[in-house]
Amino acid sequence: MSDQKDEKKTNRRDFLFTATAAAGVVGVGAAVWPLVDQMNPDASVKALASTEVDVSSMQPGQSLTVLWRGKPVFIKRRTNDEIKKARAVDINDLKHPEKDEDRAKNPEWLVMLGICTHLGCVPLTDKGDYDGWFCPCHGSHYDTSGRIRKGPAPTNMEIPKYEFVNTNTIKIG
Amino acid sequence: MSDHEYTPSSKFGKWFNDRLPLLTLANHLTDYPTPKNLNYWWTFGGILTFCLITQIVTGLVLAMHYIAHADMAFSSVEHIMRDVNYGWLLRYVHANGASMFFLAVYIHIFRSLFYGSYKSPREIIWILGIIIYLLMMAAAFMGYVLPWGQMSFWGATVITNLFSAIPLVGESITTWLWGGYSVDNPTLTRFFTLHYLIPFLILGLVVLHIWALHVPGNNNPVGIDIKKPSKDTVPFHPYIVIKDAFALLMFCIVFAMFVFYQPNILGHADNYIEADPLVTPAHIVPEWYLLPFYAILRSVPDKLMGVVAMLSAILILAALPWLDTSKVRSAVFRPLFRQFYWILVADVLILGYVGAMPAEGLYLLIARVATAYYFAHFLIILPVLGWKEKTTPLPLSITEPVLGGSPNLAAARSDEKIEKTIK
Repeated sequence: MSDQKDEKKTNRRDFLFTATAAAGVVGVGAAVWPLVDQMNPDASVKALASTEVDVSSMQPGQSLTVLWRGKPVFIKRRTNDEIKKARAVDINDLKHPEKDEDRAKNPEWLVMLGICTHLGCVPLTDKGDYDGWFCPCHGSHYDTSGRIRKGPAPTNMEIPKYEFVNTNTIKIG
Repeated sequence: MSDHEYTPSSKFGKWFNDRLPLLTLANHLTDYPTPKNLNYWWTFGGILTFCLITQIVTGLVLAMHYIAHADMAFSSVEHIMRDVNYGWLLRYVHANGASMFFLAVYIHIFRSLFYGSYKSPREIIWILGIIIYLLMMAAAFMGYVLPWGQMSFWGATVITNLFSAIPLVGESITTWLWGGYSVDNPTLTRFFTLHYLIPFLILGLVVLHIWALHVPGNNNPVGIDIKKPSKDTVPFHPYIVIKDAFALLMFCIVFAMFVFYQPNILGHADNYIEADPLVTPAHIVPEWYLLPFYAILRSVPDKLMGVVAMLSAILILAALPWLDTSKVRSAVFRPLFRQFYWILVADVLILGYVGAMPAEGLYLLIARVATAYYFAHFLIILPVLGWKEKTTPLPLSITEPVLGGSPNLAAARSDEKIEKTIK
């Protein structure tokens, strides 16, 4: 009985076990991390330069798809009609509420990642129930501001960082 | 399972066996007592082993010619098809071999479902099988990405994007899987590495699967335990070996039919177009063997819940030994379960069909009903059946129906009476 009592008390051996285990966990973690992290985007992928696009030849209603970081970017020069449509929407009706004014700083130009937020397909331009984009993979409909209106996609199409270098050139990234 | 001690006859054999008991293992495998009433649905274990070996051997030689690089993968596959000696044959065997592998595994799984092979004491065999099945799906998916065609690229995009549904860390996980901001060269090289690795993991798990099988021994069509090994079993060799070999031969005829006459019928024409990150094919469909799960994914209108439903559809199988509460293993003696079993088979086939169709209108409705039924089968029907169903009487032994000609207790009882009267 007295032996059992002694075992129950925390003694120096317990401390050594815990300390060794803790050091072991940290050591294994440090050894495993490089093996895990090597799968993240490498320096050459991260260093991918921004893309500059000449949009001088685009007429209202036309759209262009360019590749940036391996992903398609839609550049759409919207018609007055399309802008009006996008701005007339009551923001409370949206699944992912965003004002068109916030998505297209210059209302004539909509620049966004051409990737469906559901499972990453490239939606088709000027298609769907809201005359914006339609994803053929699983049937998501986007409006003329690229906002999700119907279908399984959870959010609006993403707006990348971009700026007008001059009136004819857009720099993405 | 043979209880007698094995001693090699030769002196060298004995010397070797004392140091590494390989001969004891070989003896166990040949003498392994097998229920004598096994039918042809039990030959798929052997067929699956053949499929695995075929995939490993053809895959090994294909890897000698394939180049895992986004710029060269597509043309290296065409190089295999046109220039490499017998390259067309090796690739067609490998590509159709994957389909044959899944055909065999589905028959193997549904045989277990019908005869209750997953029930106590065989739960671990069953769970190992489910893990093997999951690894098979991972290997097949990554293998499909390697030719770097349009379906490869967009299939990879859709499947890896499933991980982005995970709250908070989803995006980081997807980027980590890709090694970039989209499916690209880093994705291809790591998929090739893993595609090469997984078959060997499967091989290891197959060894455990068979090991676990050899502890309680095979289940059998009447689903009762062996009463008297001398009466109820036959040795694995030559009885089961020759039966498995015959079934394998029949299976290879079907296999060869695909390879030599319709090598592309199970694939998609789109995959003969090189991957283009700017154009999504009008209709993305996975390979046929993943269609039921794809239908479940699409039938749920919410992204996260769709992914959860799809994963649950597979993982629910691992819980099956505890969801099916009936003590009777074989469906032969479960009249109600038998009917629900065939409804489930139809349900999965329907899911497979709607998975290949566009997700809209009537197809979507059918997919939703079929998905709901799939889960109801495992979560409601099976647990309730266990205590509601009136099962028919089990035979007294495996031998009884074999000799009597029918798995019928009445016949067995009359035999008993005769025996008693004789006494």
